[in-house]
Amino acid sequence: MNSVIFLNGFRFILLILAQVLIFNTLNFMGFINPLVYVIFFYWYPIKANRAIFILVSFILGLTIDIFSDTLALHTVASLTVAYTRPLLMRFCFGVNYEFQNFSFKNTTPIQRLTFLGLLVFVHQVVFFSLEILSISHFVLILKKVFATGIVTLVLCALFSSLFSPRSE
Amino acid sequence: MQRIINFILRYRNAFLYGFLTFVSLVITVRSHSYHQSKFFNSSKWLTGNVYNLSANVSSYFGLREENTRLVQENERLRKMLFNSNVDGPESIDTLSLNYEVMSANLIKNSFASPRNYITIDKGEKHGVTQDMGVITTKGILGIVENTSNNFATVQSVLNTKSNINAKIKNTNYFGSLVWNSEDYTVVQLVDIPRLVPLVVGDTIVTGAMSSIFPENIPIGVIKKYDLNTSRSFYNIDVELFNDMANIKNVYLIMNKNKEEIEALEATTANE
Repeated sequence: MNSVIFLNGFRFILLILAQVLIFNTLNFMGFINPLVYVIFFYWYPIKANRAIFILVSFILGLTIDIFSDTLALHTVASLTVAYTRPLLMRFCFGVNYEFQNFSFKNTTPIQRLTFLGLLVFVHQVVFFSLEILSISHFVLILKKVFATGIVTLVLCALFSSLFSPRSE
Repeated sequence: MQRIINFILRYRNAFLYGFLTFVSLVITVRSHSYHQSKFFNSSKWLTGNVYNLSANVSSYFGLREENTRLVQENERLRKMLFNSNVDGPESIDTLSLNYEVMSANLIKNSFASPRNYITIDKGEKHGVTQDMGVITTKGILGIVENTSNNFATVQSVLNTKSNINAKIKNTNYFGSLVWNSEDYTVVQLVDIPRLVPLVVGDTIVTGAMSSIFPENIPIGVIKKYDLNTSRSFYNIDVELFNDMANIKNVYLIMNKNKEEIEALEATTANE
């Protein structure tokens, strides 16, 4: 149990630093700053207390917001991802996910990629809709969601295969 | 009562989510129209020091380029000095100056979001206060918004909330400099009346209507212009002199007469 807290705490700090120091300054093609910290929601233990998960995601989003002076955009996006995660899991992994012995090991890579893709998609849509907050800029929102979303998804998929947790 | 408590306990996660989302949405909507939050911004101790640490490392990679830029500026200023009537730097009476200049390093830059803020490594300890102007060697950068002991955040011209007085060089027609958040190399100058003769390539400089910037600080050149929907004012696209993606050294401008001007304006407005 302690190792789980330690591991997630370590990830939490490392992902914040990676996001604000590396990926926020990337500006690929002038505007693409992938939001890679979404992978935190992918890695977070499945059977953990949901209330704590929501609180942790609130703090994660708020910290990144303070660093990047985009107050409360990342927070709302993270909260929404944390809240909808069980729903997305049921959608991707079916009823299997309800069983006690469920783990990522006995799922197919396609299922995992779909799950990750949906997490990224929900996060991007909430984030950019709030950032721009104007229906007249719908095309701009769409452009940002897809461009940033694809880069984020590729990076997250790479990270998840590079640092795949063995014990969970 | 029992059932209400049971109901709340059963949906506690939904309530928690709803409550936290509501709080953050309120903050978000506020940040769209009001000033940046005073307590949560990147000028604070932890965030400032993290950015400072990272800037200490990464600033080495641009030293040569930055050096060239500063030497070029010195060259230009020397030329101006030798061709002016002033006898030399020693002859300037520092007591009668209207503006004080302070240098600072940029430790966090941002230009991809609609509301960009920049963090610099000078704060209250060095005399930085809110609403000081920030420029670079090439042109205008923004206005100081929040300060902490050692750091300050700057509202960039690339911010939808930014609104700076600007004019066409060598004329007295002034308008407001705003940004439509589409391209980080182009800002918009609005409220220039239709009768003004415009040419693509004209220089835009800061106007005399603000107590933040001195007059005639370069901003950019006219890229294209057209009339707005009411057909009485121009919408002008201004290409910035600054490369907003590559800034290291900045200057803070302090207007010594600012308090006097503002006090005078306040009494005039009250009457």
